[in-house]
Amino acid sequence: MAVPQLHRFTLDNGLRVVLAPDGTAPVVGVSVHYDVGFRSEPEGRTGFAHLFEHLMFQGSESLEKLAHFRYVQSSGGIFNGSTHPDYTDYFEVLPSSALERALFLEADRMRAPKLTKENLANQIDVVKEEIRLNVLNRPYGGFPWILLPPVLYSTFPNAHNGYGDFTDLEQATLDDCAAFFDTYYAPANAVLTVAGDIEVDRTRELVEKHFGDVPARPKPHRPSFAEPRPNEELRGSHTDPHAPLPALAVGYRMPDPVNELDGYLAHLVLAGLLTDGDGSRLQQRLVHREPLVTDVNAGAGLFGPFEARDPDTFSITAIHAPDVAPDRVLGALDEELDALATTPPDERELAKVTARWSANLHGDHDRLVSRTLAFGSLELLHGDAALADGLADRIAGVTADQVAEAAKGLRPDSRAVLVVEPDQGDAK
Amino acid sequence: MTSATHRDAERIGRTPLGPRQVPPLGEQRPPAELSHTDTVLGNGLRVLAVRKPTVPMVELRLSIPFAGDDPSHPATAEVLAETILTGTKRRDRIAIDTELALIGGDLGTVVDPEHLSVSGSALASGLPTLLDVLADVLTEAVHTDGEVRREADRIVERLAVARTQPRVIAREALQRRRYGDHPYTREVPRPEDVAAVTPDAVRLLHADAVLPGGSTLVLVGDIDPDAVIGEVEQALGSWRGDGEAKRLAELPDLTPGDLLLVGRAGAVQSQLRLSAQAVPRTDPRYPALQLANLTFGGYFSSRLVENIREDKGYTYGAHSGFEFTGQKATLQVEADTASEVTAAALLETRYELGRLGLVPPTDADVEAVRQYAIGSLLISSSSQTGLASQLAALTDVGLGVEWLTAHPDRLARVTTEDVAQAALEFFAPSRFTGVVVGDAEVLAPQLLALGDVTVEGAS
Repeated sequence: MAVPQLHRFTLDNGLRVVLAPDGTAPVVGVSVHYDVGFRSEPEGRTGFAHLFEHLMFQGSESLEKLAHFRYVQSSGGIFNGSTHPDYTDYFEVLPSSALERALFLEADRMRAPKLTKENLANQIDVVKEEIRLNVLNRPYGGFPWILLPPVLYSTFPNAHNGYGDFTDLEQATLDDCAAFFDTYYAPANAVLTVAGDIEVDRTRELVEKHFGDVPARPKPHRPSFAEPRPNEELRGSHTDPHAPLPALAVGYRMPDPVNELDGYLAHLVLAGLLTDGDGSRLQQRLVHREPLVTDVNAGAGLFGPFEARDPDTFSITAIHAPDVAPDRVLGALDEELDALATTPPDERELAKVTARWSANLHGDHDRLVSRTLAFGSLELLHGDAALADGLADRIAGVTADQVAEAAKGLRPDSRAVLVVEPDQGDAK
Repeated sequence: MTSATHRDAERIGRTPLGPRQVPPLGEQRPPAELSHTDTVLGNGLRVLAVRKPTVPMVELRLSIPFAGDDPSHPATAEVLAETILTGTKRRDRIAIDTELALIGGDLGTVVDPEHLSVSGSALASGLPTLLDVLADVLTEAVHTDGEVRREADRIVERLAVARTQPRVIAREALQRRRYGDHPYTREVPRPEDVAAVTPDAVRLLHADAVLPGGSTLVLVGDIDPDAVIGEVEQALGSWRGDGEAKRLAELPDLTPGDLLLVGRAGAVQSQLRLSAQAVPRTDPRYPALQLANLTFGGYFSSRLVENIREDKGYTYGAHSGFEFTGQKATLQVEADTASEVTAAALLETRYELGRLGLVPPTDADVEAVRQYAIGSLLISSSSQTGLASQLAALTDVGLGVEWLTAHPDRLARVTTEDVAQAALEFFAPSRFTGVVVGDAEVLAPQLLALGDVTVEGAS
């Protein structure tokens, strides 16, 4: 497979653009990443960034409510959006005949979205249903992405619930929406990505045509969300009315994903060594040999890697039998981390993890939607869309000593432990 | 919110130029032809290999018909699926995982009342190893006593977790409502049956039922379809067995009836699940029914989503779609709604079912769903995983690449009248049955007032 040649440029209004031509199938992906996520929400407005994502689909000066969906789908396309700690993305994948239409639709809502009281009230209801579906009515809802941050972090931006509290959502006003849009949805605060079956010069012209007259607004100042690492073990617990078995999540701080990328990647390799596949260290020990847990997973980022700036979270989660005390699981985990810290993994064990990572990255890039989104988020967070094609090599270059170093950093006295307990009174 | 000098919402929604015209669609380039080989090996295994060199990977899907009438079958089959990758005469569990990992590979198994399915992928250069491991587990899996015991314990724990998921509870209730105690309803085995599974029973089931005859293998990726058949023959030629893999007995057609209200005390949200008989892909009416379904609830711009989500805010997601089982098919309509609006959401859902037949889609509506159906097929076929999964579903009912590549033409020929007829015939509210799962105390008064609802356990 040829690595696509990337074309990057910036419009006069500050919009950054990435074009990634690839003619293997007659389809195109278009995404816009805005540099705002739930870490930027003010106190009293938890869940606002995600609620606002919903509102961006609700009409504009040129399009009535529902028209955006209809135009994408009646062009043969699919669409969605998602809100992360540090960004919000919007995307569509369509037959390549719909390229100009897709650019129009994204430019149109960047220029003049129609924000109305009716749509705000309606989408508050829809978001509450989304939260009931994914959190309140489901076992292990919000585990660990909503429940772990308040144990590991102490400042509001890092610790609060990104889905939001119902009371905060209900108090959101139209004026909040207008202020949020004008501040964060400026072209200079966004990256447009177009990938797939495109012709570069013509696409560039179309981008100029549709986005060129979106008025410039200042790029907002992004404060640092840094906070000190914990200097003791922090503990929290949560009672889950639906969960049949106890669970635990362990959260650690990671190297800065942007400025200490190799250290960050060493943590990804470490996660693979710990829990990827039957031969991994924690699967072998905790699931098969002892066995203490039903399932165990480790990973970087609470939605996956490469979706946040510093600070980012390394987490290990497990569901276990009621007669297994959380400290037994933690003890075994600490022993395995100590073993890796003192005796670095051998070449074969590293090769297993890096081959699987390489295959996973190929698999991601084979889906145009994931490839488009990877270019966009890496350009936004790292200033380097081309990293998408270099990650497999960078991961393969992680050394055994770097993995040992990563394991050494995951200390019991600098982590968060969240315990989820079933509600004995109502386990059904 | 931060910017003190921001514009108000009204000004944000206005530009000096005013509203603009949406650009028309351009010319569409057709997809490349799919170079493929579709053949049956000497042992009875059908192999479909397709070249799709978008990334240096290969996707694998093996589907073995795996029905069983014995009440203990679902539990034994579940344990078999979980232990098949835990060791062979040549490799133990860790050796299997290590060999797969070194080729960037994965294999996973899942069993349902119809099939035992193995799916996996690897770097294309690792295909010989992937096939070798696959052949090894199919022919030489040992299902040791220890692995059977441990996996059975894990399954019991997982079942406890699964059975608290609202969607699993709703699915079980719907299956009982639709098919009584037909073997098709046994999707999730009972924990006590799993606990009683013996290693001998697992090994016996493997010898009797893991058979190449009637099974299908799909390979999609950076491969040469002709050459790969030889590789498959060499790797899997020794997989033999008497007779054909066992297909599920044909399902009865659905009997329309009341929705059954199934209680889940304390639930803050309810699951609405409605179902009606449909037709399979090979039926001449299928393309029109596919478009009628999209119009009703099969995509976001559908009547149901626009009504109960975008207009009324009753739900985060509502959806209707097909379930294909053997040579039959059904329609499912699903929505999850807050308890206090569940009855209202059911009323609107029934209203839209009736309206689809009585106020059928216009030419413009049909054109929209037609483009969506063709475009989304194009998008999902553009990745190795999407294409492999589509082809696995088709080969299982005897279809193949030809059906897939001809489908856009089939959709293009559907007329608005065809869609109207399918809508009236298949979406009539009188054809449906189903369940509502939720807090019965809150739901019952309104649902019973609405009618055509029965409370579970009430006589």
